[in-house]
Amino acid sequence: MSTMFNPAVEAASRDHIESAQAEGLCRLLPRLYAAVPSYREKLDGAGINPGDLSSLDDLQHLPFTLKDDLRAAYPYKMFAVPTRDIVRIHASSGTTGSISVVGYTRKDIRDWSECVARSLVAAGAGPDDFLHIAYGYGLFTGGLGLHYGAEYLGASVIPISGGNTRRQVQFLRDLMPTGGLACTPSYAALLAESALLEGTDLTQLPLRFGIFGAEPWSENMRKSLEASLGIDAYDIYGLSEIMGPGVAFECREKAGLHVNEDQFIVEIVDKDTKLPVPEGAYGELVFTTIAKEGIPLLRYNTHDITRIIPGACACGRTHKRIERITGRSDDMIIVRGVNVYPSQIEQVLLSFEGKLAPHYQVVLTREAALDAMEVRVELAPSFDFDEIRALEQLTQQVRRAIAEALMVRVKMTIVEPNSIARSEGKAVRLIDNR
Amino acid sequence: MAQQLSVFLENAPGRLNEMARVLGETQVNMHALFVADTNDFGVARIICDRTEDAAAALRDAGFSVTTTDVVAVEIPDTPGALGKLFEAIAAAEVDISYCYCVVDPTTKKAVSFCRFKTPNAQAVIEEAGFRIFGDNVFHS
Repeated sequence: MSTMFNPAVEAASRDHIESAQAEGLCRLLPRLYAAVPSYREKLDGAGINPGDLSSLDDLQHLPFTLKDDLRAAYPYKMFAVPTRDIVRIHASSGTTGSISVVGYTRKDIRDWSECVARSLVAAGAGPDDFLHIAYGYGLFTGGLGLHYGAEYLGASVIPISGGNTRRQVQFLRDLMPTGGLACTPSYAALLAESALLEGTDLTQLPLRFGIFGAEPWSENMRKSLEASLGIDAYDIYGLSEIMGPGVAFECREKAGLHVNEDQFIVEIVDKDTKLPVPEGAYGELVFTTIAKEGIPLLRYNTHDITRIIPGACACGRTHKRIERITGRSDDMIIVRGVNVYPSQIEQVLLSFEGKLAPHYQVVLTREAALDAMEVRVELAPSFDFDEIRALEQLTQQVRRAIAEALMVRVKMTIVEPNSIARSEGKAVRLIDNR
Repeated sequence: MAQQLSVFLENAPGRLNEMARVLGETQVNMHALFVADTNDFGVARIICDRTEDAAAALRDAGFSVTTTDVVAVEIPDTPGALGKLFEAIAAAEVDISYCYCVVDPTTKKAVSFCRFKTPNAQAVIEEAGFRIFGDNVFHS
């Protein structure tokens, strides 16, 4: 048995976990029905009486919630409490340039903090440790999510946020008597490389663990990060719609991510039929929040592809494990931890009608371990490019507009008309060379 | 005013070569060529005979082409001559977008091709005593 932050919950019997989930679900439905008009419509439309639910098996008959529902609810229409009870807002970008907004009550923040604290303890952290948090702080849930969890645990937080790699290395070297690092895996790789260039070997520091999330990563990446940083590297999973980082986390076994099942009911459904798959089979990851107050969600389909790992974990935790995310069932891509849909880019490019042609390509590469995104778009044949300044201004404007819509920096390249390959049927918009 | 061809060129190997090849095959004779480059792309500005044919041939070959009117000013091929032109332009606070010069070996005269941001440029230049060419700079 390894150390747990909350053993009574994390190692509860399956019977207890499931009966608590059934109870939670039975309480959730009347609450959604009463407080969120769009859920009332959904449930009425599906012919479901919120009082009729009797067991967890009934869950599969309930309607899904999709990212588009959140988008349509912008900003607060899916909140289940008055906004005066909300103490925090986070936001993530969605399809077609829109933003989905989530809100947390004081209790939600406490629950979230506990989920993150469990993740930290599972990675070997304790109250005596420092946590260097190089996730971005702000509307993105990474920075503040880890921050509150680490404080809840009683660890010493270094809220350095992203950027300024040189200072990051200095702080890791000088301010960290013992502890770990939390950031995206790609940023961790960049830190290790940059440190070496500056003559600091991070493997020689007392850094013990890393908690990496917000983007998919592989077992090879784990090996490489563990070697270059001299740490144990753990995956943490989350999304702002459900909560943020800490929805699921890896333990010392590094054999799947435990879902915090006292907070969330996890399902895997077939990506075509949307029916539950047999245990152990791959499909879309779906969560129902049973404890959340601010914006509780019923069967939210993340479109992340994974499976439930059958069997018990050697760590002693009884919460189900999901495998690392292996892909997406929609066209969402993750660039430096930020969700990006190619359609958002298209929307921006189309707003420059007459200057740009509607032919573009998004090229993803990895530069010095960090994701880089290049948007290549054709110039409209009618654009007067003879004044180079006008062309450069256009490039700047488009770059800025994309950065604003996506919340991620891009390299903008305007290319010759007809130079992007036309394809019959679905155009090849995305070239992922990472 | 003289007609200038502008060709948008991606910063990729072989684009200039391809452009020159198309012009050669169309039997277009270039008199002046000026390539402006940035990090990501270049623009080739060309003064040639048969501007319309050249533009059509380049477009057919997939190039992005525009034609622009530029002011072609005759200046003596002597030290200080260009300075006098710019002095007049600066004094009138006329804004130059860009400018390039060539010497015509047949006439031993230099020609300065300029694109201006200000519409009164031509009048200013003529007032200062310079001759402005029509569209047949190299065949007058």
